[in-house]
Amino acid sequence: MHIDWGTLAEIAVVASAATVTVVLLVSFALLALSAPAGRRAAGRTGGGTSGLPPAAGTAVAVLCLLAAGLIVCYGLFLIIS
Amino acid sequence: MDAPLIIVVVVTALAFDFTNGFHDTANAMATSIATGAFRPRTAVAIAACLNVTGAFLSVEVANTISGGLVDETLINPVVIFAGLVGAILWNLVTWFLGLPSSSSHALFGGLIGATWVAGGADAINFNTVLNKIVLPAALAPVIAALIAVTATYLAFRVTARADAGTAERGFKAAQRVSASMVALAHGTNDAQKTMGVITLALITAGMLAPGSPPPSWVVLAAGLAIGLGTYMGGWRIIRTLGSRVSDIHTVQGFTAETTSTAVILASTHLGLPLSTTQVCTGSIFGAGAGRRLASVHWGVAGRIVLAWTFTLPAAAVVGAAASWLAATGTAGVVVVAVTGIALASGIYVASRRTAVTADNVNDRPLPAAVDANV
Repeated sequence: MHIDWGTLAEIAVVASAATVTVVLLVSFALLALSAPAGRRAAGRTGGGTSGLPPAAGTAVAVLCLLAAGLIVCYGLFLIIS
Repeated sequence: MDAPLIIVVVVTALAFDFTNGFHDTANAMATSIATGAFRPRTAVAIAACLNVTGAFLSVEVANTISGGLVDETLINPVVIFAGLVGAILWNLVTWFLGLPSSSSHALFGGLIGATWVAGGADAINFNTVLNKIVLPAALAPVIAALIAVTATYLAFRVTARADAGTAERGFKAAQRVSASMVALAHGTNDAQKTMGVITLALITAGMLAPGSPPPSWVVLAAGLAIGLGTYMGGWRIIRTLGSRVSDIHTVQGFTAETTSTAVILASTHLGLPLSTTQVCTGSIFGAGAGRRLASVHWGVAGRIVLAWTFTLPAAAVVGAAASWLAATGTAGVVVVAVTGIALASGIYVASRRTAVTADNVNDRPLPAAVDANV
């Protein structure tokens, strides 16, 4: 009996890395986007829930979502190819 | 080879494709429906469109329908027909019970049983069965569940301080994307199976030259059959995976679908394809456990694992019986077809007594006992 443990481990590592990366990118984007709302709710003028000023929060969110979008596009490419 | 038998095989293969469609809608859409990311009817319509699109996108049709599990020289239209009957009936039984199970494994089981009758036990490559079916079946859900647990835990930790409304809307949008990816990947994988089955039947009947690609009418018919099946919804399985595994939140739906997409794509492109159903089921359980271990109804997991254990042998027994009868001649084929239709009709009629539809799919009759204490 030949069990291809190497490929199974490779699948687990690649899938883990891709999943955790996409999930973290989206999560951080949402945290960054929460900054203005958090500040409004708290009635403060400083940083919001993420501790970032609104412009910086939006910039971080855009960057995170762009990176996640690139990974999704690569996934689409793999499905189609 | 007589044309009527080929017509019966083609119709049976398309019927299998149809059951494959509604059986597997839950893989992509169960959590999206449960969290409200998509309305039920919208979810199945999107999944159906993406499955049909996927069927046309992929040009990679399997050369062997059994993947080396059985001696392919013994496969003829009668064996294919018997194997398909075994797979269809198992798909219907598990759908009736609301249990997700692999349509591919059901097809392999049916073919193994049918070939066993046609050529004896020596015609079965048990080593390949162990390596390509049993072992991946045991490991796929575990790998997916572990990844989903980690991803869900991290997502909850990171967004713990985020604005609840922003997080909910964001994860809902992200879940729509991840669920659509699963549906598209499913279409590129599963519709090819039926195309392969029909193409092989046409080749063995001498109607196509060996090595021919599937004719365009086969691609069109297989794509439409799986799309139509997907649109029918398979609401019983959607209810199990969406509402009865755990109280799935939007973030969990997103992490479950993202995990499923990553594992399916990684396994397909690294040369060891894993069952979409088992990966998606493992992901949903993992996502449920990622919030709190005790929020998962582990009894449901036990029933699903039991169904997976019986998929191969049960489909094989039906496939073997169908093969034995069908090999006796035209009358045998007719008896198998009529019996199959009668059993399928019986299961459908029985399902209407406790119908699950788009309207009641999110009902939660199971008490969330552990959740209530918190």
